[in-house]
Amino acid sequence: MSTVVIHGEGLGKRYHRGALQQSTLLRDQLSRMLKSPLSVFRRPKDETFWALEDVSLEVREGEVLGLIGRNGAGKTTLLKILSRITKPTTGWAEIHGRVGSLLEVGTGFHGELSGRENTFLSGAILGMSKREINRKFDEIVAFAELEKFIDTPVKHYSSGMYVRLAFAVAAHLEPEILLVDEVLAVGDINFQKKCLGKMGDVARAGRTVVLVSHQLNQIRRLCHRVIWIEAASVRQDGSPEAVVNAYEAAMSKSEGAPVGSRTGDHARGHFTGWEIISPENTSPHSLDIIGPVTVRFMLKLLEPIKHGIHGITLYNAERQLLWGWAAFELDLELGVHDLVYHFPMLPLKPGIYTWMVSFWDREELIDMGDLAPEFHVVTQSFQHPRDEWSGLLNLPSEFTVRPSSAAYSSRPSR
Amino acid sequence: MATVTSNPSVAAPAAKLPHGSVIMRIEPPRGLFNLHLGELWAYRELLYFFVWRDVKVRYKQTVIGVLWVVLQPLLTMGVFTLFFGRLAKLPSNGLPYPVFYFAALVPWAYFSTALQNCTSVVVDNQRVITKVYFPRLVLPISAVVSGLVDFAIGFAVLLVVTTIYGIKPTLAVLWLPVLLLLAVLTALGVGLWMSALNALYRDVRYVVPFLVQFWMFASPVVYPSSLVPQRWRWLYGLNPMAGVIDGFRWALTGHGVAPGPLMLASASAVMVVLLGGLFFFQRMEGTVADRV
Repeated sequence: MSTVVIHGEGLGKRYHRGALQQSTLLRDQLSRMLKSPLSVFRRPKDETFWALEDVSLEVREGEVLGLIGRNGAGKTTLLKILSRITKPTTGWAEIHGRVGSLLEVGTGFHGELSGRENTFLSGAILGMSKREINRKFDEIVAFAELEKFIDTPVKHYSSGMYVRLAFAVAAHLEPEILLVDEVLAVGDINFQKKCLGKMGDVARAGRTVVLVSHQLNQIRRLCHRVIWIEAASVRQDGSPEAVVNAYEAAMSKSEGAPVGSRTGDHARGHFTGWEIISPENTSPHSLDIIGPVTVRFMLKLLEPIKHGIHGITLYNAERQLLWGWAAFELDLELGVHDLVYHFPMLPLKPGIYTWMVSFWDREELIDMGDLAPEFHVVTQSFQHPRDEWSGLLNLPSEFTVRPSSAAYSSRPSR
Repeated sequence: MATVTSNPSVAAPAAKLPHGSVIMRIEPPRGLFNLHLGELWAYRELLYFFVWRDVKVRYKQTVIGVLWVVLQPLLTMGVFTLFFGRLAKLPSNGLPYPVFYFAALVPWAYFSTALQNCTSVVVDNQRVITKVYFPRLVLPISAVVSGLVDFAIGFAVLLVVTTIYGIKPTLAVLWLPVLLLLAVLTALGVGLWMSALNALYRDVRYVVPFLVQFWMFASPVVYPSSLVPQRWRWLYGLNPMAGVIDGFRWALTGHGVAPGPLMLASASAVMVVLLGGLFFFQRMEGTVADRV
């Protein structure tokens, strides 16, 4: 049995909601003191909440641990405590080994500096020594495929180039324990695969990895063990299969609470989930062909709605609106309804997308927001290989070159 | 060895595992005054990179770059010489006005920029602070250190100015590093307070320029400290920059008074401000990632 390298006991983190909402301007503080001088001695009304509560965990050397859970469940807070960015309110943890944390793509990047300069800066901030960066520099640049642009200020980079360089630096970190947060959610799929491969190498080299991700396939593929965090505490801890399946089941259960981050009068109804019903796939939330595709959105109404309005939008990972549509004057009974869309073709480039849906009773909002889980597109790419030229649409095209003749000319030949 | 987020010298308990790893303990913040100076030393390379970034970015962003660093005190010197010197006829201890003013403006310009950069350094780096761990003290230190590059350029110009006026340096120049250190520590001491306050209240950074302006008139920049009545001298000396500026004039030109009791008062004042600043900053450090 290998040694325990991360040992946490009763870790908790309390935030002051009041303090966060209070204005942090000296001006306001002073004017409050002038208005009611006694209020200085009174503690401000403080609403506290636990972002993480009594979490204990053990991670063994060489283990790849996945953390899953809804947004705001406490996964990132746990990572921030383990990486010492913030201190816990309760409990303690002991970590054996050098820790590297990767909570963001391009930590410390500065737009005015060149790719070369940012490689050194970001590497140093992430914990590499100058000598280490010098040694790995060529490897990093080659990994990012940016040899020609390495002396260009990164403010002139496309978002794809920026992400590639940022990842390349991060991928060459070699701490004994690596803490990673959802950073693989951007960038194009091919590059993501490359990074995953690199991370797989890290794991095989016996390093310990703690990984937060919403991409359940990634979790299944990479992790040895998974912890599901729900409402600030550990809900389940076990093998990837068992935990991810239980999590997926809970997420797509058509009964129960709305899934995703949402607003509206949920007492009247809400969307309970979505899935791809055709083509049939191992995962109902990932798509591996251009089309045809049939998707259903499950709407649960707790009362009949006579004049319902339904809206739908599709966003990419950069939150660009790709498509929107709406249906009016829907007369729906109480109960669960499938809103089914058939797309002859869904020409999306590989990446992560989000469905945002809404349902209204005339002007009154019943439910609106992003559906969980996200929509993963893993189709083959029919685009330019460099992502700065690939664009938004993944359009398959047939390309031929042939001798020009009047027969093929689109214009009348007069 | 590359130091990531843990570091051998501060590991508590400093025990070694069979496979040679270090142990790091994570606990709720405690009220003890512990500066973790060993940890700071382990992160000296990061300090270097922060300074390097500041300097690079500063000279890249301004078109005239270095020229601006030279022009700014030169123009101010011109204005001071004209208004405070020629028109108001303030005494200058027998020094030519340009030398008198420039010798004060070089350390003063360093101090005022360093203090203002230090004030906003925590908030300016909030993205990094919330994404990766390093001793937060690295940031204010980098802010006061990176200002030294501008200082070096200004100082070179100052040497040119004194040479033009035929002033020969005496052995007193050996005092300059001490005086400079005093200026750095003053900027850091006050800067620590201000950067921690600025993390708590975002409008502190708008107050600091006023503070700096008042402070300039409380320092012998436009007038010699000999104008201050003798019985108030000790109080005046509590302003560390008074000692620094008087000292600069004296060390470069041999005119004026050698750093005496005034300097001692200045140095003690700096120590008090610096220790208080370190304590206050450290109190804020544990929760800074939750605030910014």
